[in-house]
Amino acid sequence: MNIKLVGLTKRFPARGKGTSGEVTAVDSLSFTVPDGKLVGLLGPSGCGKSTTLNMICGLETPTAGQIFFGEEDVTAAPPELRGVGMVFQNYALYPHLTVLQNITFPLENLKGDKKLSKAEMRRRAVETARLVQIEDLLDRKPRELSGGQQQRVAIARALVKTPRVLLLDEPLSNLDARLRLQTREEICKIQRATGITTIFVTHDQEEAMSISDHIVVMKNGVLMQQGEPQQVYDDPANLFVAKFLGTPPINVFDAAVKGGKLYLKGADAPVLDVPGVPDGPVWAGIRPEGFVPDGTGPVACALSRVEVLGRDVSIVCTHPACQADTIRAIIPSRNLVNAADPTVHFALKPDKVFLFDKADERRLPFALSGARR
Amino acid sequence: MDRSSRKAWLYLLPAAALLAVFLVYPVIDVLIYSFEEGFNFASQSYWGTGWYNYSYVLHDPYFLQAVQNTFVLVIITVPVSTGLALAISAALASIRPLRNLYQTIYFLPYVTNTLAVGLVFMVLFQKTEYTDGLVNLMLRWFGAGPIDFINGPHWAKMFVLCFYTIWVVMPFKILVLTGALASVNPDYYKAARVDGTSRTRIFFRITLPMIAPMLVYLVITGFIGAFKAYSDAVALFGTDLNAAGMNTIVGYVYDMLYGDSGGYPSYASAAAIILFVIVLTITCINLLISRRVSEGGVHIQ
Repeated sequence: MNIKLVGLTKRFPARGKGTSGEVTAVDSLSFTVPDGKLVGLLGPSGCGKSTTLNMICGLETPTAGQIFFGEEDVTAAPPELRGVGMVFQNYALYPHLTVLQNITFPLENLKGDKKLSKAEMRRRAVETARLVQIEDLLDRKPRELSGGQQQRVAIARALVKTPRVLLLDEPLSNLDARLRLQTREEICKIQRATGITTIFVTHDQEEAMSISDHIVVMKNGVLMQQGEPQQVYDDPANLFVAKFLGTPPINVFDAAVKGGKLYLKGADAPVLDVPGVPDGPVWAGIRPEGFVPDGTGPVACALSRVEVLGRDVSIVCTHPACQADTIRAIIPSRNLVNAADPTVHFALKPDKVFLFDKADERRLPFALSGARR
Repeated sequence: MDRSSRKAWLYLLPAAALLAVFLVYPVIDVLIYSFEEGFNFASQSYWGTGWYNYSYVLHDPYFLQAVQNTFVLVIITVPVSTGLALAISAALASIRPLRNLYQTIYFLPYVTNTLAVGLVFMVLFQKTEYTDGLVNLMLRWFGAGPIDFINGPHWAKMFVLCFYTIWVVMPFKILVLTGALASVNPDYYKAARVDGTSRTRIFFRITLPMIAPMLVYLVITGFIGAFKAYSDAVALFGTDLNAAGMNTIVGYVYDMLYGDSGGYPSYASAAAIILFVIVLTITCINLLISRRVSEGGVHIQ
C-alpha cells in the first residue's frame, strides 16, 4: 500500500503575544511513498519533517491537503483507525510496565470483534519480540535495558498490531555511534522481513542515504527533492540538496560562466567546459571526489595538509573562491600528492561538478562533453 | 573513618546538632515524663514511675473522644482531599484557555490568612440571632434545616471541621499534582493515542502510575497533617474543645499542658507518645503498601 501526500500544509498559530503571523511548518508538500519501501524523510532540524510524520500518523491535523493510504483518504481519520505504528525519538516506553506489558499495550486497546484473548495477545507479543530479538528481555523494565534494546522494544510495540505503515521519528539519534550503525542495519532488516511501508525521519544524511530505498529532502517545510539516494546525490536539484548530502560536504566556489566555460572567481584560466550554461555568476559545487590531482590542472589550491585514510587520501587545501575555509578533496591513495609542495593542482571530473543559479540556487545543467573520467 | 566521610559528617554537624537539641532531646524528654507519675512542675518532683499516665489517658473519655474525632477527620479528609485534588488537577491539565486563572483561583486558599478563612466559614455556617448562615439559607431551598453547625449535633460539627480541613489542604495538593501531571512526558500520551487508547485507560494505566510517587507523598503527609490537626478546630469551635466534643489528640495534649484542666505534663506526655506511636505505625503501613505497589508494578487486568 503506498502513501500519497497531496498539497499537505500545516500552519501553527503565532507563538506568544506581539508576534503576528502564523508559522508554516509544512508548505504544500506532495510526494508518494511507494508500497513496501523504506523511505527517509531528510532535512535539517526545524524543516517540518517531524510535523509531516505526525500528520501521517494522525497526531496533527493538516491545515490543508490530503493524505491517502492506498486509495483511502485518511486525512481526517484518528490515529487508531489508520493502522500506523509509531516509534518515538525517546521511544516513549511506559517505564512502569515490563517489556511484555509494553508490547501488549496496543493489543489491549482493541475492542469489539477485534478483541483478542490474553493468550493470543501474549502469543503475538512474543512473536514480535522474537522478530526484533528481545524475547529474553520480556520481564524487564525499560530502565533495565540499553538504548538499543529499548529501541527494539519500541519497534516491537509499533509492529505488534501489524500496522499498514511504520513511522520512525529520529530512530537512531539517541544511540551511540557504534550502536547506530548496527541498529540502522537492524531496522533495514526488519523492514525487509515485514515488508511494511516505512517512513523514518532523520537529520543525518548518511543515515538516510545508507538504508533508504527512497529519500525525501525537505527544507523550511518545502520539498526540495526526492528520489533514490544515489540519484539525488548524483543529480541534486539545487544548492541546498547538494550541500546537504555527502560527507565530506560538497565544496562550493564563487564562480562565473563566460562563453560556455567556467571560471573560478579571481582566476583567469577556465577550469571546465560547461556548454549550455548562460553567461553570468554562478555557484560551482565540486564533490570531494571530483578533484583529480594533475600537475597541469587548472585549479590551483594552497595545500594545508594531507590526511591518509588508508583506502583514500584526504587533501585539505584552500582556495580564495571557495565559500568554506578549507576544501576537502578525496583521492585514491595511489595518487600521492607531494605534501611538501605548497600548491596543489587539480583537474575536475565534469560529472562531479554542479552549477547553481546565484539568485534562486537552482541547478544549471550543462552537457557532459566527451569521455567521462 | 576515612577523610571524605569525616568531611561529610562535619558538614552534617550543624543540622544534626540542631535536630538533636530541638527534636531528639525533647522527644526523649517527653518519653521520660510520660513514665513519671504525678510530676510537678513547681517542685520538679514525682512520686513514682510506671504506666499509670498511659492508663489514665486511655481511660479518659475526653481523650477517647479526641482519638475518635481525629480518626474520623483523617479517614474522611485524606482520601477526599487527595481524590478531589487529583480530579481538579487532571481537569486543569486538560484545559488550555483560562488554565492560569483557574490555577490561581485554586491556589488562593493556600496564601489566605487562617483567620480570614475562619471568618468566611463563620459566614457560611454560623447561626446567629440575625441569620442562620449561608449554608442554612441554601438548605432551606431544599426544605431542610436549619442545622446549627457550630453548636449543634456532633455530626454537623464534624462535617464543618472536615469541610474546612479539606478546603485548607487542597491547594497544596492541587499544586503538587498539577506539577506532577505537567512533568509527564507528552510523548507517552502521543504513543498511547497512536495505539487508540481510551482516555480513561490512559489515565489509569499511564498517568496514574506515573504520578504515583507524588500521590504517595501527598497521602503520607496528609495522614500526618490530619493526625496533628488542632488549630482548625480551635478556629471553628473556640478553645474549649472538650466541652464542644470536638477535641483532637493534639488539642488534648495542649489542654493537659496549658488549658483550664491543664498542669498535667505527665498525662500530656503520655498522650503525645500515643499520638507518636499511631502516626509512626500508619506511616510505616503507608510506606510498606506504596513500596509493594511500585515494586510489583501494575499488573495487566
